[in-house]
Amino acid sequence: MATGTTPTDARSVRDVSADGARDKSLAGHIGPDDLARAEVRDGVLFDVRDLQVFFPIHEGFFKSMVARKQEKRYVKAVDHVSFQVKQGEILALVGESGCGKTTTGRTMLRLEEATGGDILYKGLPMRAFSGKALREYRKKAQIIFQDPYNSINPKQTIFDIVAEPLEVNGVTSSEREKEERVVKAVSEAGLRPAQEYLYRYPHELSGGQRQRVCIAGATVLEPDMIVADEPVASLDVSIRNDILKLMVEQKDKLGVTYLFITHDLSLAWVISDRIAVMYLGRIVEIGDTEEVVANPRHPYTKALISVIPVPDPLAKREHVILAGETPNPVDIPSGCRFHPRCPEAIDACREIDPPDVHIGGDHYAACIRLK
Amino acid sequence: MSATATTPSQTPERLEHKGLIEVRDLTTRFKLTQGWVRAVEKVSFWVGPGESLGLAGESGCGKTTAALSILKLLPDNGKIVSGEILFDGKNLAKRTEYGMQKIRWKEISMIFQGAMNALNPVTETGKQIAEPIILHEGISEKQAMVRTRELFDLVGISQKRVMDFPHQLSGGMRQRAMIAMALACNPKLVIGDEPTTALDVMVQAQILELIERLRRELDLSFILISHDLSVMAETCDKGVIMYAGEVVESGTVAHLFNNPQHPYTRQLIKAFPNIHERREMVSSIQGDPPNLLDPPPGCGFSPRCNMKTGECVDDPETFEVEPGHFVRCHLMKRGVS
Ligand SMILES: Nc1ncnc2c1ncn2[C@@H]1O[C@H](COP(=O)(O)OP(=O)(O)OP(=O)(O)O)[C@@H](O)[C@H]1O
Ligand SMILES: Nc1ncnc2c1ncn2[C@@H]1O[C@H](COP(=O)(O)OP(=O)(O)OP(=O)(O)O)[C@@H](O)[C@H]1O
Ligand code: SF4
Ligand SMILES: [Mg+2]
Ligand SMILES: [Mg+2]
Repeated sequence: MATGTTPTDARSVRDVSADGARDKSLAGHIGPDDLARAEVRDGVLFDVRDLQVFFPIHEGFFKSMVARKQEKRYVKAVDHVSFQVKQGEILALVGESGCGKTTTGRTMLRLEEATGGDILYKGLPMRAFSGKALREYRKKAQIIFQDPYNSINPKQTIFDIVAEPLEVNGVTSSEREKEERVVKAVSEAGLRPAQEYLYRYPHELSGGQRQRVCIAGATVLEPDMIVADEPVASLDVSIRNDILKLMVEQKDKLGVTYLFITHDLSLAWVISDRIAVMYLGRIVEIGDTEEVVANPRHPYTKALISVIPVPDPLAKREHVILAGETPNPVDIPSGCRFHPRCPEAIDACREIDPPDVHIGGDHYAACIRLK
Repeated sequence: MSATATTPSQTPERLEHKGLIEVRDLTTRFKLTQGWVRAVEKVSFWVGPGESLGLAGESGCGKTTAALSILKLLPDNGKIVSGEILFDGKNLAKRTEYGMQKIRWKEISMIFQGAMNALNPVTETGKQIAEPIILHEGISEKQAMVRTRELFDLVGISQKRVMDFPHQLSGGMRQRAMIAMALACNPKLVIGDEPTTALDVMVQAQILELIERLRRELDLSFILISHDLSVMAETCDKGVIMYAGEVVESGTVAHLFNNPQHPYTRQLIKAFPNIHERREMVSSIQGDPPNLLDPPPGCGFSPRCNMKTGECVDDPETFEVEPGHFVRCHLMKRGVS
């Protein structure tokens, strides 16, 4: 969560690039042996601290001439985000389109570089990983994408698709071991008996079954964590729930930790242990899932929950419909970034970037009116 | 052709039917080289003036085809095989293309599925919205743009954005523009095909609120097509649940959600979470929808139904289990459970 009142102005961008230089000198300090020895302490698998991920804007030639004297402009996709992922939990990252969910997940897999802040994996800062350590790390953290149609090769059999990560990473010593692990992953993904599926091609499977293949491909390396980025968004309702169930089952039986990225808070509510609500590059509220949904404290979370449709026409309740749309992450509003749309805003909200307020237990919300 | 066929020169007699629009036993198929796709099979429902009806069901169940049949905008390989589409005393199923041109936009309009993302990127949004007005009201482009500005106002987009290109508008604004277009010629009935599916939940709430407001203010009838039962529960007066081209259950939303009878409806509702209830795992429906080139005999849902009996291989009748609540299932013979 936001850790303070750091202004998100041009100056902090310059600080960040200074940080970047420091990063480079640090890189390589952590090797594969350190990684092998590292342990989970206090149940914390990942500790994300004040993470920033900015993308430079490539402006047109003329604009860049004019703007030369000014600061370079950035898309602040993730802007001072801190949270922990506990081993063996499903942490849901929810929020509307463009709020920074995917960027957060990708940065945790080092598919994007952090602009600032740190991500500690088992206590080790990821920006200090050597190339070899990074390769080891990549076996430990996997990703599943939204679209099972495009994320697997249509010309490979299910066996080849699931075996590929083993081959790429050279983890299995014999054909036999490889086969055993593929069969195990495929059947744990709910395609049983595995033999019936191994030699089929993706087009011979339904959408839900294809997503199971993706999950098998992610679990075959026995990772610590899987980032599931909208894993059910392209599936029909009648089958999507099986995939959700599978994630819970894998968490319970295999101890897989999931970062479940979704724009659908009601799906997050169904399966997650904790929920983090993002708005415009910031986590505004985080806590135990049932607690956050039953007792939301941040005005954005309250509004979001109030407009989620439910399959019951008698459940008439007040909808807090926010006006306008989420602003562009290039020009983030001053103070509390939610203030232009906040139904509870007071004058001070324009000035103060709210720190996290401890609500109780695991529950935090970033709103100055909670103090 | 029946005696009610309309030609431009003769005014037909007014046909009796329920509501503003009544669809009776509509059957629409698509021709493929392998055979005919049973897209819509004996579908019936009606919508009263100012009423909103939801048409829901999984992908491929025939929602869009039913809507395109009403407007007779089916692709070339599609054909209305039988049934009646009674609108304001006329049978649209029997209308000529010339006759339909008087109906489309002016009487019935549609917000097409995905159209907000299919706007022409190089033409100003307002000009695209004005097109049907120029075409159907026979007015000048200038007058049409005046009307377009009013429509932008009505749907909550600043008039200043009229000359913006589609990519300069957010998704929510583009969908508002599509709603403006649907309202351009003052229709009595608007069909919205998945109008909020691609939108974020807050933008969805804004659009649904807008549709509600317009319906009240303009006394519109509305058919909302959605795969999301929760959206239907919250915004419609009545609903129709479709499966594999057929209506399995229809009634008021209270009938459907508070007293569902068809095994498919019951299972489908359970697939949607309700965050205001106790938390429980949502359920799935095992198996896949049938191949509509070769649908199973009898009840289309029987291969996936957890209540099926031997008689389900025969066509079930539709039972009216309480006034206005229709269920197509053999189990209803034994009464409502
Ligand atoms: N590679 C990139 N270059 C520039 N901008 C980017 C890049 N990746 C993401 N962004 C921007 O960063 C912001 C956050 O994007 P991100 O994809 O993380 O959001 P998200 O929450 O996953 O959204 P969605 O629900 O639509 O997937 C957006 O404004 C997006 O346009
Ligand atoms: N032009 C076509 N030719 C052949 N079959 C078609 C054609 N258009 C639709 N179909 C088939 O008709 C059936 C009904 O399709 P329709 O588009 O009406 O479904 P839908 O309920 O609107 O689905 P979705 O929720 O995915 O939009 C499907 O099985 C579909 O594959
Ligand atoms: S800090 Fe102010 S603007 Fe931000 S959420 Fe709280 S009340 Fe609203
Ligand atoms: Mg994303
Ligand atoms: Mg459709």
